[in-house]
Amino acid sequence: MNDDSADAVRAPAVRAHGVDVQLGGQQILFGVDLTVGAGEVVALLGANGSGKSTLVRTVLGITPHTAGRIDLLGEPLGPAVPWARVGYVPQRLPAGGGIPATAVEVVVSGLVHGRRLRPPRGAHRRAMAALEQVGMTALAKRSVLEMSGGQQQRVLIARALIRDPELLVLDEPTSGIDLPTQETFVETVRRLHGGGSSVLVILHEIGSFSTLIDRAVVLRHGRVVHDGPPPTPRGEHAEPGHDHTHPHADVPPESGTGLSMEVLP
Amino acid sequence: MSWISTLGDMLSSPLMQRALIAAVLVGAAAPVVGTFLVQRRLALMGDGIGHVALTGVAMGWLVGTWASLSPADTLAIPGAVVAAVIGSVIIEWVRARGRTSGDLALALLFYGGIAGGVLLIKVAGGTNANLMSYLFGSIATVTGQDLWWTVGLAVGVLLIGLGLRHVLFAVSHDEEFARGSGLPVTFLNMVVAVMSALTVTVAMRVVGLLLVSALMIVPVAVAQLFAGSFSRTMGIASGIGVAVSVVGLSITYWEDYPPGATIVLLAIALYAGTAVLRPLFGRHRRASLARDPHPELPDDVDLARTP
Repeated sequence: MNDDSADAVRAPAVRAHGVDVQLGGQQILFGVDLTVGAGEVVALLGANGSGKSTLVRTVLGITPHTAGRIDLLGEPLGPAVPWARVGYVPQRLPAGGGIPATAVEVVVSGLVHGRRLRPPRGAHRRAMAALEQVGMTALAKRSVLEMSGGQQQRVLIARALIRDPELLVLDEPTSGIDLPTQETFVETVRRLHGGGSSVLVILHEIGSFSTLIDRAVVLRHGRVVHDGPPPTPRGEHAEPGHDHTHPHADVPPESGTGLSMEVLP
Repeated sequence: MSWISTLGDMLSSPLMQRALIAAVLVGAAAPVVGTFLVQRRLALMGDGIGHVALTGVAMGWLVGTWASLSPADTLAIPGAVVAAVIGSVIIEWVRARGRTSGDLALALLFYGGIAGGVLLIKVAGGTNANLMSYLFGSIATVTGQDLWWTVGLAVGVLLIGLGLRHVLFAVSHDEEFARGSGLPVTFLNMVVAVMSALTVTVAMRVVGLLLVSALMIVPVAVAQLFAGSFSRTMGIASGIGVAVSVVGLSITYWEDYPPGATIVLLAIALYAGTAVLRPLFGRHRRASLARDPHPELPDDVDLARTP
């Protein structure tokens, strides 16, 4: 843990202790501990079905937990959390009922949260600034329904950035996304990290984020099996120049995680 | 000349004045709620609430009979409001608990609503004919007291719908993100449900419980054909709602058509016409044809240059 770093005076961005989650009568997470220190970039790794997304969704209060305690930015999960500083980028935008919504409208919706039910003054200007950061100024008035997956993903990043997040949570930003959008993600994380923000990112492999990751937490079968320096990738994933952007086949949980647990000295 | 004097007659008739005020308010408020419902894929929710409200109408009638009020349907609208609000909260609660069984539970609630209404009205000493004016609307029989109910409820729905539009948009558009932003999602869903319930009871006298959902949904369906944003969809839908309500009602002043059905068929005709004509006249369409829809981005792959 990096709690003893220079940022120790600030509360950890995420502190989850002994978290159990049950979904549909099955236990998905077993006593998971997860800490993201202030200013830290933590990668959450593991195979498909290991509970990564569930853990992130639980940390944000989207999925209820049956046991354990979760603090975000020093406050217990609930109305006390400074939601104005928590940014979340889900994997994709839900399809909705077909009513068009412009990129600006979607980004402005990032300004309402648990502490604020109406957007503040200057919401439009802030939305345009956030869209500019992800290179979407030209499409600001376009409906997100007409956009490609990568463009929608950029709008979702802007919706998180408009909060100027102290904690940014990214759910698999590199799967099924074109390279320029991936670079937008890496650039966003680098800038926020430079500004002292904390980042929790779900990854299949560290890939383009490798220089930014301070620590990696690996889940297997709903339990934390590694918490420390990023583990080395296994097999052909380790070859130099292997740029992993192709989609993964769904591996049954019994056949391993596709990640080795060797911890670098 | 006679045309203008007929118009004058229409506008000076107190009955028509009341009916027009009700039609304008209902036409404006219903699509506002409908926009949130369509975005949440709950276009039929209003229909379900309408069924449940029928039981409320009969219940109000029954209580009115017991208390020997006259006329016996004094409490019909309050009864409908109560039943619709309770029904909408149950629907939302069932929906939140699980989608698969929720579908079935909703169906049970709808049928129970209609059957309960028919049975209770008999117990109350009325006949199914008494229910007809609620099922199919009877805007011409709107009384002064009905009008006050309509004005109050419609203004309330408009104030909540427009005042909370950003947060209701956030919840309707991406419920998971809203939950992950600490928003009280369940409570806000209940707000939309209760707004739908109030709209149903407001629109009950204008278009009738069986057609009430149409006034919430069809104007939104028309607007989304050519609007480019959520707020414009809502605004245009509201305008269309007012237009079809007023035009439909005015037609029934000259011709002896049922107002509710006339208004709904007008709206659907507008949808059909817009859907057919849109490719011909939409500047939206022409602009996007001229423009390359693909973004200017570097490729993921290097294409081998063949000589």
